[in-house]
Amino acid sequence: MYVAVKGGEQAIAAAHRLLAHERRGDRSVPALTLAQIAEQLTLAVDRVMAEGSLYDRDLAALAVKQARGDLIEAIFLLRAYRTTLPRFGFSRPVDTAAMLVRRRISATFKDLPGGQCLGPTFDYTHRLLDPLLAGDPDLPDPAERPADETAMPRVTDLLNDEGLIEPDPAETDAPVGDLTREPLSFPADRDLRLQALARGDEGFLLALGYSTQRGYGRTHPFVGEIRLGDVEVEIDVPELGFSVAIGRITVTECQMVTQFKGSAKAPPAFTRGYGLVFGHQERKAMAMSLVDRALRAGDLGEDRVAPAQDEEFVLSHSDNVQSTGFVEHLKLPHYVDFQAELDLIRRMRAEIAARQEAAE
Amino acid sequence: MTDMDDARFPPLSNSLPRGERGPVGGSGAGADAGVELNGALSPLVGESGREGAPGAVLDDQANLRTYSFAYLDEQTKRMIRRAILKGIAIPGYQVPFASREMPMPYGWGTGGVQVTAAVLGPDDVLKVIDQGADDTTNAVAIRGFFQKTAGVATTTRTADATVIQTRHRIPERTLQAHQILVYQVPIPEPLRYLEPRETETRKLHGLEEYGLMHVKLYEDIARHGHIATTYAYPVKVEGRYIMDPSPTPKFDNPKMHRSKALQLFGAGREKRIYAVPPHTDVVSLDFEDHPFRIQTFKEPCALCGAEGVYLDEVILDDRGGRMFVCSDTDHCEERRAEGHRGALSGESR
Repeated sequence: MYVAVKGGEQAIAAAHRLLAHERRGDRSVPALTLAQIAEQLTLAVDRVMAEGSLYDRDLAALAVKQARGDLIEAIFLLRAYRTTLPRFGFSRPVDTAAMLVRRRISATFKDLPGGQCLGPTFDYTHRLLDPLLAGDPDLPDPAERPADETAMPRVTDLLNDEGLIEPDPAETDAPVGDLTREPLSFPADRDLRLQALARGDEGFLLALGYSTQRGYGRTHPFVGEIRLGDVEVEIDVPELGFSVAIGRITVTECQMVTQFKGSAKAPPAFTRGYGLVFGHQERKAMAMSLVDRALRAGDLGEDRVAPAQDEEFVLSHSDNVQSTGFVEHLKLPHYVDFQAELDLIRRMRAEIAARQEAAE
Repeated sequence: MTDMDDARFPPLSNSLPRGERGPVGGSGAGADAGVELNGALSPLVGESGREGAPGAVLDDQANLRTYSFAYLDEQTKRMIRRAILKGIAIPGYQVPFASREMPMPYGWGTGGVQVTAAVLGPDDVLKVIDQGADDTTNAVAIRGFFQKTAGVATTTRTADATVIQTRHRIPERTLQAHQILVYQVPIPEPLRYLEPRETETRKLHGLEEYGLMHVKLYEDIARHGHIATTYAYPVKVEGRYIMDPSPTPKFDNPKMHRSKALQLFGAGREKRIYAVPPHTDVVSLDFEDHPFRIQTFKEPCALCGAEGVYLDEVILDDRGGRMFVCSDTDHCEERRAEGHRGALSGESR
């Protein structure tokens, strides 16, 4: 007997109740606190803030909890909140040379002003599961030394002194693009490309960056520098006539020094790929700088042949909230369209069967 | 010039850290902008509408967020309305708009939801369908969203609705002049599967260069003996733009032609809005020797006996048993209420 597909409303409510139940898990286990997530799952929180385009650790921790640890779902939650916030201005460019550095490494110079500073890194750890972490072992306090007053100039600035690398583009008064407020159109300027990459899916950018290393748009990259630390965010206040610091954020910056360019007129100089991400996210910052450089192929007069160099391809597919939405929408009912296809395929098969019958 | 230049940057001294003051520089194009937002229309538009502020507001006391009427802030609605007006002025042309992230996923109707939010007023009566049915899960979710955020009356009766948001169908009942049909659109570009690049397809539209599409349809006929497009069947609007009618079955295409109702199309992920104003020519592409034909069904609806309507096939058992029932559930219910009966209606209720 046919029962019309009724009761969607109750079904949804019941499904959400079950979801809440499963999210909580075994209720004899204490519930996670947001502080635990923000303090102990810091890198998950960082990723959610970066791809959610909203710097708020508490909200990101809440999103991670609510999403049951599904980071793309958490990013989506944060984005859907962000979209309701007013945009009342944009900041001055952050000065990463003035960063309060926690980690800074260069792969291009053995030593340099300010030195190499490893900071908190997984690099050089042996990836052995640590059974002690099943509990809460006592930890030694981190080693300390007096703050070094030496400035830590950016490696690209050092190279720039000699003119060996293309200079940063001059600051202009042109308005800063914002793809969350204006629809993206192609060709997109670099500000919009960088914004899209900074919000882009880490896995997607990682794969694209990797592809350039394997020959699909090779750029001969060197890590000029990766630095992690806190920078001040300043905004211009028209009423005051000067800029005011409104807060401090942790960012990871990667400057990739890449294949040089020259011409009959200009002597050869290294080119740059740039990555800047909220929080501590080296993998993302490095992938971003590789893809940024690959996307500059057109500007630098290189042939655009590889996926990572194809602006429309990269920017149209880098957003994981968009990707996951459209991929997962295939779960929605499509039976009207499927019925249309059924009708056509039956008709065509019947025609062929009739033809064969007539021929026999 | 952008749509929001004047409104985007209210003076900082007036800004709340996580809130928003009223729209700066006028209160939007629609009748529902601004003032009535503080009313008790919506359970979420709470008493915290500080200083008459629409938009997201963080309530200091309860720490609860409240939202504007129909969720979107007034500046965003104004931006969307402008895109809609442009779309109406150029029927079938895809207007780029600054689509927002919505609290439902891209691909699940965010474009339609934004268009609905922008045109909805407090007196509207909203109907939401998916696959022709009011109680498919996504339709239920979207209807619930507007009940919650706009507090508008909702209905399942096509005749009673002033705004109908739809996915994949056009109601069987002929729409009237006071009604707006809002389509959810996944891929607004009819040429997309022939040319993946937006930069190229925009050029093709600009030059009215639609040879690609005709070649595709011709190749279908050469290969299959039929035009193999059964849904999202391309149409030409007012003799100019080729338009994707959204993935409605081609059965519904003729309903778009010179419809009295305003038809609006929203594609959130792809950031496009387009429109078919009332009484506009909407012609399905075809060839003289292969004229456009809609689907026909051999049997009438098993519940209400309707003919000449679009039917869903329902599999009854694993022995090939199946029945065909109206895809438009409201149409079916109405007919049954009028006493019409189909072959299997005795068994159902």
